[in-house]
Amino acid sequence: MSAQILDQIFVRAKELVLSWLNGAPVWLIQIASALINIAALLAVFLTLFAAISVLERKILGRMQNRYGPNRVGPFGLFQPVADGIKMLIKEDVVPARADKVVHFLAPILVAATAILTLGVIPYGRNMTPFAIDGGILFFFAVGSTTELAVFMAGWGSNNKFSMLGAMRAIAQMVSYELPLILTTLPVVMVTGALSPDAIVAAQGGYSFGIVPHWFVMTPWGAAAFVLFFVSGLVESNRTPFDVPEGESEIVAGHMTEYSGFKYATFFLAEYFGMFAISGLAVTLFLGGWQAPFAVLEFIPSYIWFFFKLSALLFIYIWVRGTLPRTRVDQIMNFAWKFMLPMAFTCIIAAAVWHYQGRGLAGWLWSLAVVAIIYLALSRLLETKKKFAPRTYRFAE
Amino acid sequence: MSSFAFLVIGIIVLAGALAAATLPRLIHAALSLVIVFVGVAAYFFLLGAEFVGLVQIFVYVGAVAVLIVFTILLTRRDVVGDRRTNWGGVIVALAVFSGLIWTILNTTSLGIPAPPIDPLTVKQIGEALMTNFVWPLQCVGLVLTVALIGALILVMEEKGER
Repeated sequence: MSAQILDQIFVRAKELVLSWLNGAPVWLIQIASALINIAALLAVFLTLFAAISVLERKILGRMQNRYGPNRVGPFGLFQPVADGIKMLIKEDVVPARADKVVHFLAPILVAATAILTLGVIPYGRNMTPFAIDGGILFFFAVGSTTELAVFMAGWGSNNKFSMLGAMRAIAQMVSYELPLILTTLPVVMVTGALSPDAIVAAQGGYSFGIVPHWFVMTPWGAAAFVLFFVSGLVESNRTPFDVPEGESEIVAGHMTEYSGFKYATFFLAEYFGMFAISGLAVTLFLGGWQAPFAVLEFIPSYIWFFFKLSALLFIYIWVRGTLPRTRVDQIMNFAWKFMLPMAFTCIIAAAVWHYQGRGLAGWLWSLAVVAIIYLALSRLLETKKKFAPRTYRFAE
Repeated sequence: MSSFAFLVIGIIVLAGALAAATLPRLIHAALSLVIVFVGVAAYFFLLGAEFVGLVQIFVYVGAVAVLIVFTILLTRRDVVGDRRTNWGGVIVALAVFSGLIWTILNTTSLGIPAPPIDPLTVKQIGEALMTNFVWPLQCVGLVLTVALIGALILVMEEKGER
């Protein structure tokens, strides 16, 4: 019983605050409710942004055999405060030939879309800030606006590096939006719902009390999850797909001409986009706020959600510390020749799983579908290039 | 509340449309057109057509606007010069506008209050698309595939050209 109270503590708190408005007109209560949701969302994710910005640098530091930030506060934990103050007091440089209005609006639009996409994700039982019927569609519709914002940043700066970076960013975002959306389709097909809450509810329950009914536990779900995660890496412009801001080639891509707080806004939008896409991955494939084992259900749902989210964010950082940057043509080839066919395969495998009765037979059949197409694709895409042993001209 | 929202959205849409028609730089005009697209989506939301509104944003803001903007970027330098009023265009626009107004005012169904309908869910749209409208859907899919292949063939590098 106390576990249930703990689980719903934030929902109760909101109801308590709203009860002070008893007797007020309906529209006032609606606006107050929306404002509470927005404030909670921003507070949580700005804190998470501050935490992840210092943790990322510390984890990357450890991976590269150094300490990372450790001067400001205990273990360098106040680093984000120092960074924030630094960004705020920097001079805001706008190029003389820039398109001032477009240049100014771009970071605002980027941040706004990133925050809006965070709204539809269920963070816990009854804890969706903006619950609509077509939540998944809302996520992608708003997310696709980011491309326009990136274009505005690149074009408004009136700089060739900015424009090249924006074109690279838009090219890879458009290409990977396809596998991203196609890999959510099997989940939507199987659950028959576009609302994130219904998708999370469909993943409840356990086999033998230890195997959760998350979609990642099925072959099609596992394949779709990996594809979704890789597309998410590209959509949030993270290593190894960060060519839009390849410092060695085009300075900082579409963010070249931004300084001070506007640059910080882009940075924030990038991280918020990362949170949103990881949150959606958790919702679609990792069971949302459901506990992994039946015995652990006493732990509040939002703790499970943020635990899974942090795990995914750690993988993002891990990948960044591990892989080198890919080339533009490699990214495009990978999208159209591998990701897209595999995404379609996931849809077929999910249909097979459904029509074989969603049991063990369906599990094995869908595994067979995914495995056969994967093997065939990897055979077909093998370039058969024989590389000579590498010769070092300047090293050694 | 809803009529107030209607008014606000209407002002924003009209301002955006006016800006799209009059701004001297093409990119600015294209970006103003995006405001119009978003405003139309807001109207769909206001009418309770959630799905159509989302698709409006998805297709028009996410795809069509990016397409327009890139077309402008890749095809021409921004020529700011000849800005005389195009009287032929004004006449055509006025003719279309008055024609539409005449048709709307002569429509009898506007006088009848709309019968209350159940809010349309995504599921109903999906069922309709997969049962009654499955052939139109397939035909649209075919047309789009042909367009995609055609676009690819147009940009494909021919072998003996280099």
